[in-house]
Amino acid sequence: MIQINRLSKKYKGVDTYAINHLDLTIDEGEIFGMLGPNGAGKTTLISILSSLLKPTSGSFSIDGLDYKNNKNALKQRIGIVPQEYALYPSLTAYENLRYFGSMYGLRGKRLKDEINTHLKTLGLSQFAHKKIKAFSGGMKRRVNLISSILHRPKVLFLDEPTVGVDVQSKNVIIEHLKQLNASGTTIIYTSHHLNEAENFCTRVAIIDHGQLICVGKPAALIAGQDNAQHLEEVFLAKTGKALRDHA
Amino acid sequence: MHKLWASTYKEFLLITRDVGGLAVLFLMPVLLVVVITTIQDNSFKSIQETKLPILVVDNDKGSVSKDILNNLAESNLFRVDTDTSETRARNQVSLGKYQLAIVIPENLSVDLDLKINENVDAILAKFSDNEENIPNGKSNLEPKEVKLYFDPATQQSFKSSVRNNIDKMISKIETETIYKTFQEQLTDDPLEEIFETESFISFTEIVPTKGDKILIPNSTQHNIPAWTLFAIFFIILPLAINMVNEKNQGTFVRLRTNPVSYATVLGGKTLVFLAISLLQFAVMVMVGIFLFPLIGLPKLDISGRLPLLFLVAFFAGLAAVGLGLLLGTVAKTQEQSAPFGATFVVILAAIGGVWVPVFAMPKFMQVLSHLSPMNWGLNAFYDVFLRNAGFTDLLPEIGKLFAFFLFTTLIAISYNKRKNAV
Repeated sequence: MIQINRLSKKYKGVDTYAINHLDLTIDEGEIFGMLGPNGAGKTTLISILSSLLKPTSGSFSIDGLDYKNNKNALKQRIGIVPQEYALYPSLTAYENLRYFGSMYGLRGKRLKDEINTHLKTLGLSQFAHKKIKAFSGGMKRRVNLISSILHRPKVLFLDEPTVGVDVQSKNVIIEHLKQLNASGTTIIYTSHHLNEAENFCTRVAIIDHGQLICVGKPAALIAGQDNAQHLEEVFLAKTGKALRDHA
Repeated sequence: MHKLWASTYKEFLLITRDVGGLAVLFLMPVLLVVVITTIQDNSFKSIQETKLPILVVDNDKGSVSKDILNNLAESNLFRVDTDTSETRARNQVSLGKYQLAIVIPENLSVDLDLKINENVDAILAKFSDNEENIPNGKSNLEPKEVKLYFDPATQQSFKSSVRNNIDKMISKIETETIYKTFQEQLTDDPLEEIFETESFISFTEIVPTKGDKILIPNSTQHNIPAWTLFAIFFIILPLAINMVNEKNQGTFVRLRTNPVSYATVLGGKTLVFLAISLLQFAVMVMVGIFLFPLIGLPKLDISGRLPLLFLVAFFAGLAAVGLGLLLGTVAKTQEQSAPFGATFVVILAAIGGVWVPVFAMPKFMQVLSHLSPMNWGLNAFYDVFLRNAGFTDLLPEIGKLFAFFLFTTLIAISYNKRKNAV
């Protein structure tokens, strides 16, 4: 589904690579977790794959479409749930969803049905006509997610979709993502919640300094690491315990 | 098309939910036009009705000073008080109690008579055969000086106007005295009229007409277009802020991941903000027609010119939106967009002739004024309101406004493309 070849990204004025000649293949139907410490290159990689950043070198394709020549077709096939809420605070949830759905070409009954279905599944039906600025963090996260999946994307990128939400909201979001995946959407997800990733992902990759450190099924990675019971121990063993503060 | 419509509807919702922003967009220009027209209209009226207090020190006490005092009184512009001391008069003016003091010098009437008699005698002697009639030498009369003391706070334009009026009045008195002296020298019969002392040359102002109707410009006809244009261009502020907000809220990033072009996103904003500028114009026209007469200001006359006025407002609105789109695209924060936008609009208005007519500006500023879209819009409005222009007369100005919209929007699109190239 996603083929990444020797992909690199170097920001202006920075000597090191944010993504360093990375090769990766993600298959159709996977829930693929990209894990790594702060500044490892996860968000940069997702930004490149979702057409927000231009790679310095290398190439990638999604669903067989090369990114250079099929930008609009690619955008139609993917959905992106950004780390920050990307919603209009003075519009209602329904108005936000109708607008972003329209940008994917949805209209009429199909658009209305998609909005209502997702609002119901994520427990927001009764708040559909309330303004976003009155929503809690968890509610905003859920609307943020719906905005990206109304068009039923083939690939869904999620950049820390459960950060800062309560356990109930997190549970609803994860369950909904599982349903989406079951209906054929490939999910690529970044998170610092390693327990969540361990349970949720079919395969994970640990990235550090823009390079792929290891990739595999969570259980296989745990089994391959001495004295590891959980993914977190694998993660610390591969990336070290040093703080990764950066500004 | 569906995406453009959805974008337009979203912009409509965003702007209608910003009550404060809407109030600024509609109330600010109404307040501006009411306050400024009232001030301009009333300053003119107050000079006429309340009369300006001036102080005259009459050291002459002769026929000339009497004429000056009579003329000042008849002008209906001044309330004339008199004083006997020049020093006191000067102090009164510098304290701001009088705007002007006129000091008429001693023996002005006598010396003027003497001087003119001397000149007339010399002229008549030249025409005489008898050389004995030629007067011997000239008297050593010093030229007389009428002193004007102005309040230091008086504006230059007002000083010039008063100075010209007094100068004209004194010249007239001098001319009449010359005629009178000739008359006395040439005939013994005081009733015989040798000269017509009425002015031979007079001025008549020909005002534009439309059919049988005379189009008389007034403060309303000047102010409504000027301040409407100012208000229309002020929409670059909420428009740029709207775009910067999208960047801060993350919605702009989301839109970049959506299969929609930047031109479509800008198209939605253009339609809504253009509609707002037309509404602003409609509100200002209604204020001029309905509110102004109620508060004693001249009524706005738009008879038969409404379609052309809306055409100008449409293209002025487009130019303003183009500028707003460019500013919103380039600015990263509200701290960049708001102060820059406000200052830029004020500069465009200043060099565009909204406050000071372009002809009264220094040469360099006059050249600059041709670069201000507000100047193009103002000229187009004046063409319709005051010069009775037709559609074809407006084409150069509205063409420039449209070109400005295309130019700024294309820069915004290409800047965004370069900045966010993937």
